[in-house]
Amino acid sequence: MLEISNLSVSYGAIHAIHNVSLKVNRGEIVSLIGANGAGKTTILRTISGLKKADEGEIRFEQTDLRKTEPSKIIRLKLAHVPEGRHIFPQMTVEENLEMGAFADQKDMSATMEDVYNRFSRLKERKRQLAGTLSGGEQQMLAVGRALMAKPKMILMDEPSMGLSPLLVKEIFSIIKEVNQNGITILLVEQNAKMALSISNRAYVMETGKISMEGNAGELLKDVRVKKAYLGQ
Amino acid sequence: MTFSLFFQSLINGLNQGAIYALIALGYTMVYGIIRMINFAHGDFIMIGAYTMFYTIPLMANAGMPVWLSVLAAIIVCSVVGVVVEVIAYKPVRQAGSMSALITALAMSLFLENLAMVLFGAKPQNVQKIFDLPTINFLGVALPLNVILTILIGVIMMAGLQIFIKKTKIGKAMRSVPQDRDASILVGINVNRVITITFAIGSALAAVAALMYCTKYPRVTNDMGSMMGLKAFIAAVLGGIGIIPGAMLGGILVGLIEIFVKLFAPGWYEAITYAILIVILLVKPSGILGKNVGEKV
Repeated sequence: MLEISNLSVSYGAIHAIHNVSLKVNRGEIVSLIGANGAGKTTILRTISGLKKADEGEIRFEQTDLRKTEPSKIIRLKLAHVPEGRHIFPQMTVEENLEMGAFADQKDMSATMEDVYNRFSRLKERKRQLAGTLSGGEQQMLAVGRALMAKPKMILMDEPSMGLSPLLVKEIFSIIKEVNQNGITILLVEQNAKMALSISNRAYVMETGKISMEGNAGELLKDVRVKKAYLGQ
Repeated sequence: MTFSLFFQSLINGLNQGAIYALIALGYTMVYGIIRMINFAHGDFIMIGAYTMFYTIPLMANAGMPVWLSVLAAIIVCSVVGVVVEVIAYKPVRQAGSMSALITALAMSLFLENLAMVLFGAKPQNVQKIFDLPTINFLGVALPLNVILTILIGVIMMAGLQIFIKKTKIGKAMRSVPQDRDASILVGINVNRVITITFAIGSALAAVAALMYCTKYPRVTNDMGSMMGLKAFIAAVLGGIGIIPGAMLGGILVGLIEIFVKLFAPGWYEAITYAILIVILLVKPSGILGKNVGEKV
């Protein structure tokens, strides 16, 4: 569904991503784990066109994303829940969800009802300004906003960041549920254990390169992964 | 102060304030979206006024209603606003705020001097689009021109509020200043939103030109610079980047100016600015401004 080949990205003279290739098949949860600064977020931002690539190819289904105007990518039904949530703080919860459907307003109220059923907290707070929500609620809102676009695939960047262990569990079960409803997921996480536990496959990144890849269950048992990312 | 004098000053202040408010909206909308002070914005009043000066006789000769020249002014201002943004501002947007500021100042001087070459330095008299009588209401003289001007201003501001609250483009204009990346991710073409913002801001300046010319029917090539400066101050006073703040700031500056003029005619500008400085000392981010650092 999503295929990246030989991707290189840099910030000025600094190479952030070097010759990375990865693939996500329809229906999978694939996670991208690795230390802070390994380039995981940069990969997601490059897929969404927020960052320009130097070289390589990014294909989503039939479309070459490097040649796609960034604001048109959501119309291909590829959504992105960015790191740090990036909700619209001065808009209400409901307005934020409406913004999620900006590119495709068809059946908006039905989709919103679905989102509210999934996240009852959001429904309770729909008239509240999004900036006043707690971190966990903001993360739910960010996911809800992405779902409003009725995506086929979601790029999810550090959904567990800054959340309490209980909320981390909740957000991961939501991701799993979203995936079971047929949405493919590329997940970037520092919480490697949690990410691997819900993923089909995973890639391990180290300083801009992919150092390991494979079945999530096997990586969870791999001695090197255990040592480096699972603190065991 | 007698009631009638107070009332007269109140509506004069509201009239002046509504003009400042409409211009201040242009500054604040552009600042909100690209963090740039468009110093050339005031000159769009001049562009609007000259458009009306030249098109009113045309309309009259052609037997068409003269208010159509307001429409002409709105169209000319929007088009020039968009052209200025695309040709001069967009290329320097990445170069930092200082370059953008200097470009805007240069654009202001350019427009004023171009107008001098094209239209001459001699002040011209703009025919009034509407000329209503003054009626006597409960012993108070009510110039209907002023009332209509205030009304136009209120309608424009209410219309703008509804536009940004309810329409898709309006919502995009609100979301881009809040979070540019997230706006792109939900499918907003940020460049287009910026261009539309310039068009709307310039159109509001054209309406401000109509309101101004109804009161002072004189157009000069530099008429926009002083008006623009005061409207800019009004925008900062209300909290720059905040749309209701621009309206509030504009009305306040208008009221302060007219009432100070009443008591100390020769001093009114000095005292008006002194009051503004005091307000900003107490609340540096403006009356409706929130004290937040710039987001990185």
